[in-house]
Amino acid sequence: MADAIRIDNLQKKFRLGFIPKTRQILKGITFSVREGEIFGYLGPNGAGKTTTIKCLLGLIRPDAGTIEIFGRSHFSPRSRQTLGFLPENPYFYDYLTATEFLAFTADLFGLGRVEKEERIARLLKLVGLERAAGLPLRKFSRGMLQRAGLAQALINDPKLVILDEPLGGMDPIGRKEIRDIIVRFKDEGKTVFFTSHILQDIEMICDRVAIIVGGRIVKEGALRDLVSERILFTEVTVSGLSPDAFRDLGESISAQGDRVLLKVYDESKVDAVLDLVHGQKGRLVSLSPRTETLEDIFVETVTRT
Amino acid sequence: MKIGAIAGITFKEAKRDRILYLLFFFAALGIGGARVLAILTVGDRVKIIKDVGLASISLFGVLMAILIGTGLVYKEIDKKTIFTLLSKPLHRAEFILGKFLGLVLTLFVMTLFMSLIFLAIVFAHTLKIEGTLLVAVGYIFLELVLVTAVAILFSSFSTPILSSLFALAFYLIGHLSWGLELILKKMAPGAGKTLVRFLYTVLPDLENFNFRTEVVHGLPIPPGIYLSSFLYGVCYTAFILGLAVLVFRRRDFI
Repeated sequence: MADAIRIDNLQKKFRLGFIPKTRQILKGITFSVREGEIFGYLGPNGAGKTTTIKCLLGLIRPDAGTIEIFGRSHFSPRSRQTLGFLPENPYFYDYLTATEFLAFTADLFGLGRVEKEERIARLLKLVGLERAAGLPLRKFSRGMLQRAGLAQALINDPKLVILDEPLGGMDPIGRKEIRDIIVRFKDEGKTVFFTSHILQDIEMICDRVAIIVGGRIVKEGALRDLVSERILFTEVTVSGLSPDAFRDLGESISAQGDRVLLKVYDESKVDAVLDLVHGQKGRLVSLSPRTETLEDIFVETVTRT
Repeated sequence: MKIGAIAGITFKEAKRDRILYLLFFFAALGIGGARVLAILTVGDRVKIIKDVGLASISLFGVLMAILIGTGLVYKEIDKKTIFTLLSKPLHRAEFILGKFLGLVLTLFVMTLFMSLIFLAIVFAHTLKIEGTLLVAVGYIFLELVLVTAVAILFSSFSTPILSSLFALAFYLIGHLSWGLELILKKMAPGAGKTLVRFLYTVLPDLENFNFRTEVVHGLPIPPGIYLSSFLYGVCYTAFILGLAVLVFRRRDFI
C-alpha cells in the first residue's frame, strides 16, 4: 500500500524568548502513514505533535528533513488539494455563519456553485449543525466550533484528513459521534492522521500509532503488535469475607460494606481465590482480567524516556 | 478565485471595523467644514472648498489605509485563523494579494462616498461637475493603494502599533522627499550628489500623486505627467507587494 504521508528525519528548532534561547523541538522524526489507515500520533504536552503537523501543512519550515504527501513535496499547494485539516482549538472568522464559513473554504478549493451548495448541506448534516447553519460562529459552543471545524476540513472531500485533538472539548455523545465519523472515513478509503490525549479513543479506532516524546519517535507500529494480550492482573470482587482472608493471594484494594476488591497478579492464584470464596460460603460478585492497554504502554514509554 | 475569496472576506472584515466609520465621519466633517472655512477666509471660496475637501479625502483615506491595513495580516496570525487558511491549497502570495485587494476595495468604496460628498458641495457652489477634480481624487486613490501595500508589508512581520508608525513615517517621508530633488539641482557633482541621488531614487515620492494645486488653481498639467505618475504608482506598489510576499513566505506560524 502506498504512503499517504512520509516524513524523513524532520528537524526543527525555535529561538524563543526576549533573550532568544534555542530549543530543538523536533530531533529527527521519521515515520510514514499508509493510505487508508487511521494513524494515531501520541505524546505528552510539548512533545512536538503540533509542530510536526504544522511542518506537514507548510505552516512551519523545517530546518532539515523531507515531508511527502501522496508522493508530493508538502511545500506544493497542490499537495494540500487532497488534504483536510482541523486545527486544535479551531479559530475561525466569528462574524460568519456556519454556511458562509463553509462557502468561503469551498471557494479556496475552487468548487463550483452547485457542488459547493450540495457539499455544505451534506456536511452540516454530517456534523449535526443543520439547525445552527444560520448562526454566527461567535455564538457557537466549543463543541459546535469543533464540528464546524470538522466540516470545513471535509469540504474538498479529502483523501487525507489531519485532525489535531479532534475530540477535545466534546461531550461524551459528541465524542462518540466524531469517533464514528472518523471510522466512516476509513470505510470510504480516506486516510486519517490524528492526535489525541484521549488514549481510549485512539485505542478504539486506530490501526497504527506513533509515540513522540521530547521530539523523538520512541515507539511506532500496529496497535495489535504494541498492545499484547498478556493479562496484567485480575480484578476480583467478593462479598461475605474479610480482606485478611486473601492476604497471601492478592492485594486488597478496597473494602466497602461486606464487599472486597482484590487485585490478583498471579494468574494461577485466581482459582485459589475462587476456591476460598466457595469454601467459606462467600459470594463472587465480579471477576475481570485486565490486559495491557495503550495507556499502559504510553505511560511506561513516557516515564522510561 | 482564491484571491477573490480572501479579498471578499477582507472586505467583509474591514467594513465591520468601527474605526472606518469614525474616520469617514471626520472626513465628511472636514469636507463639509470646508464650506464654513471658506466663509471665514478671505479669497476664492470655491478654491478653499476644493483644497480643503481634497486634503480631507487624502488625509482620512491614508489614515484608513494605515490603521486598518496594519492590522489585517497581524490579526490573522494573532487569532490563528491563518492555520485554517494556509492549510488549504493557497499560495502565501495569493493570501497577501487577497488581503491587499480586499482593503483596496474597501478604500475604493470609502473614497467614492467621500468624493460624492465633496463633489456635491462643489456642485452646490459652481453648479457644474469638474472632471479635473475626479482626476485629482483618482491620484489620491492611487496613493492610498500604495500606502495600503506598505501597511500590509509592515503588518506581515510587525505589530499593528509599530506597523502604523512605520507606515506613517513612509507617508511623511514620501511627501517630503521632493526636497531632495531641489537639493540635487543645486549640488555640485561628487560623492554627496551621488548619495542624495541614491536616496531620492530609493525613497518614495508621493508628491507624484498630488495634483491638488494644479486642479484647484486651474493650472495646466502636461499629459505625460499623468502617465508617469500612474506608472510610478503601479510599479512602486508592485515592488512593495513583492517585498511583503518575500517576507511572508519566510515566516513560521508557531
